[in-house]
Amino acid sequence: MVIPGRDDLSSARAAGAAGTSAALTELATEQAPAEATQAVPVGETVARSQWTLIRRRFLRHRLAVVALAVLFLLYLSAVFAKELSPFDLNPKLTASVLAEARHGPSFKHLLGTDELGRDQLTRILYAGRISLFVGLSVALVSTLFGTLVGALAGYFGGWLDNLLMRITDLVLVIPALAILLIAGQKVKTSGGSSPEIVLVLAVLFWMPIARVVRGVFYSLKEKEFIEAARATGASNRRIIFRHMLPNTIGPIMVNATLVVGLAIITESTLSFLGFGIQPPAVSWGNMLAQSEGSVGTPMAYLIYFPGLAILLTVLAVNYLGDGLRDAFDPQSTH
Amino acid sequence: MLTFVARRIVFSIPVLLIASVLVFFFVRETTDPLARLRAGTKDPTTLVREKHRLGLDKPLPTQYTHWLKDFVQLKWGTSFVTNRSVAADMKSRFWNTVQLIFWGILLSGITAIAIGVYSAARQYSALDYTFTGLSFVGLSMPPFWFALMAIQFLVFAPKNWLHLQNPIFYSVGIHSAANAGAVDYARHLALPVLVLSVQLIAGWSRYQRASMLDVMSADYIRTARAKGVSRRAVLFKHALRNALIPLVTVMAIDIGALFGGLIITETIFAWPGMGQFFVTAITNGDTNVILPWLMVVATFIIGFNLFADVLYGALDPRIRMA
Repeated sequence: MVIPGRDDLSSARAAGAAGTSAALTELATEQAPAEATQAVPVGETVARSQWTLIRRRFLRHRLAVVALAVLFLLYLSAVFAKELSPFDLNPKLTASVLAEARHGPSFKHLLGTDELGRDQLTRILYAGRISLFVGLSVALVSTLFGTLVGALAGYFGGWLDNLLMRITDLVLVIPALAILLIAGQKVKTSGGSSPEIVLVLAVLFWMPIARVVRGVFYSLKEKEFIEAARATGASNRRIIFRHMLPNTIGPIMVNATLVVGLAIITESTLSFLGFGIQPPAVSWGNMLAQSEGSVGTPMAYLIYFPGLAILLTVLAVNYLGDGLRDAFDPQSTH
Repeated sequence: MLTFVARRIVFSIPVLLIASVLVFFFVRETTDPLARLRAGTKDPTTLVREKHRLGLDKPLPTQYTHWLKDFVQLKWGTSFVTNRSVAADMKSRFWNTVQLIFWGILLSGITAIAIGVYSAARQYSALDYTFTGLSFVGLSMPPFWFALMAIQFLVFAPKNWLHLQNPIFYSVGIHSAANAGAVDYARHLALPVLVLSVQLIAGWSRYQRASMLDVMSADYIRTARAKGVSRRAVLFKHALRNALIPLVTVMAIDIGALFGGLIITETIFAWPGMGQFFVTAITNGDTNVILPWLMVVATFIIGFNLFADVLYGALDPRIRMA
């Protein structure tokens, strides 16, 4: 992750455009494919917007760029699961399907089949739909709500601020998974659809975001540029949306990515314990719940891949978060 | 110092009380103490009688005060399912969980500190990057999946390869029925402790590394080096002792959370502790177990948070006055 300082790189990029050192060109294009195409004449200073700087710092975090690509591929493969896979999610139990049941990984079934002859890779792709849907929607819902509450509490203070702080204090005291299990039991008896799970998880995850946003707003409120805005007669709404929120976007985005990962793990845990997504809907967690019994049998391969899918996704999300953190940090040396 | 501790204790009582109100209403809203009876009998008079006997016909606030009074006096009633005393069961479950926590903390604490110190001393070395990568993996992995993989590769795989009669490590319960000894206990303990430690090590080692790096850039460290103190002595005597303060408080907070946080580990390894107790209670709608369980766990979380505050004050005199 240690790469030459920023000055070295920009000169390398400029030099690369002129075509001096082949090795440096390679480095430059590897680090920043977007910039490499816009050749900047040597010796000319270009004003860079904040977003250009952020994008540049992000692209310099190679693992984060790889993570973004991996997530994009995972997303596409889940969306196009039907088109990608030659098999049905739940094939009819014909003799030919059952003849291929309990087969380990092979060329025809890359990740093997279960006891009903269902292709595991197909199931993992379809399950990705629900797991990614849950992860992304929980992040979206909890970020929107958490940002709203956090912004209002941080900006106006008063009773809302007190209430928010006391609620988050209380929630720290009661184990989250325990509350989720009780709620999950209720959801389970009503069918266990994914929007319900999303709601249950979002109720839990909005609070850390609200706390973070509140903290940033609290400190921004005292800054000179906010005072200046107020002095020129800007309304509260304008100050919040035009001046403060754009300066909070970094922490918000970093936290939102972390929530995606946490939500995917939590959903899989709930589903594994039988309190989350219920069959016949398929998620990575309930795939693992269904094949828990295959541990120690020749069909143990059934537990490897759904777990690897979770690991790969969450790892990518976390590296993406790491990259965003660096990108939004003006002091970052990456 | 004493007033500092006393003030903290007094402040935590209202938090616990409000938590008890929330817990009570939430649990009563989501679980039905009469569910099993309803499924078993069609006779409405039995239901009414039972409802009256349990005090469920009174308004909820009255029920709450009754429950709180009984709870404080440790009169927790009996389980709807096993008819055994909840307080007695909770006690034995609690000790089983304490065993897991104790060994887990010991293993994770030592490993995390060692990794953290090494990574900070040799920042940006190959091994530092390896530890960073591993901790990312550890934090990105669902613990229950790691448990399944551990059972597959540490219990079944060696057993099958070496054609053993019994596996080296067991994956069910605390000890075998036949031979209960220290070795047998260790063979049962190993895997659950490993599973609970992975995430702790991943988190704590990152924390210790950051705290170590922070301390090592302090002026007094440079002074010590300039005065000719050896690198090793500076690292372990001067830096480590101060760098441990933040980690120790984080550890205290995490230990509190572990009392209710081993739900997955205990369920998978059939370890008869608090977590498994809770999952069984929820599946059976056993309100008499769920309510005191949540309160006991909340008490421990608050208690250890308090302990962390006090510890921080004791280790770092600058905090005490604040």
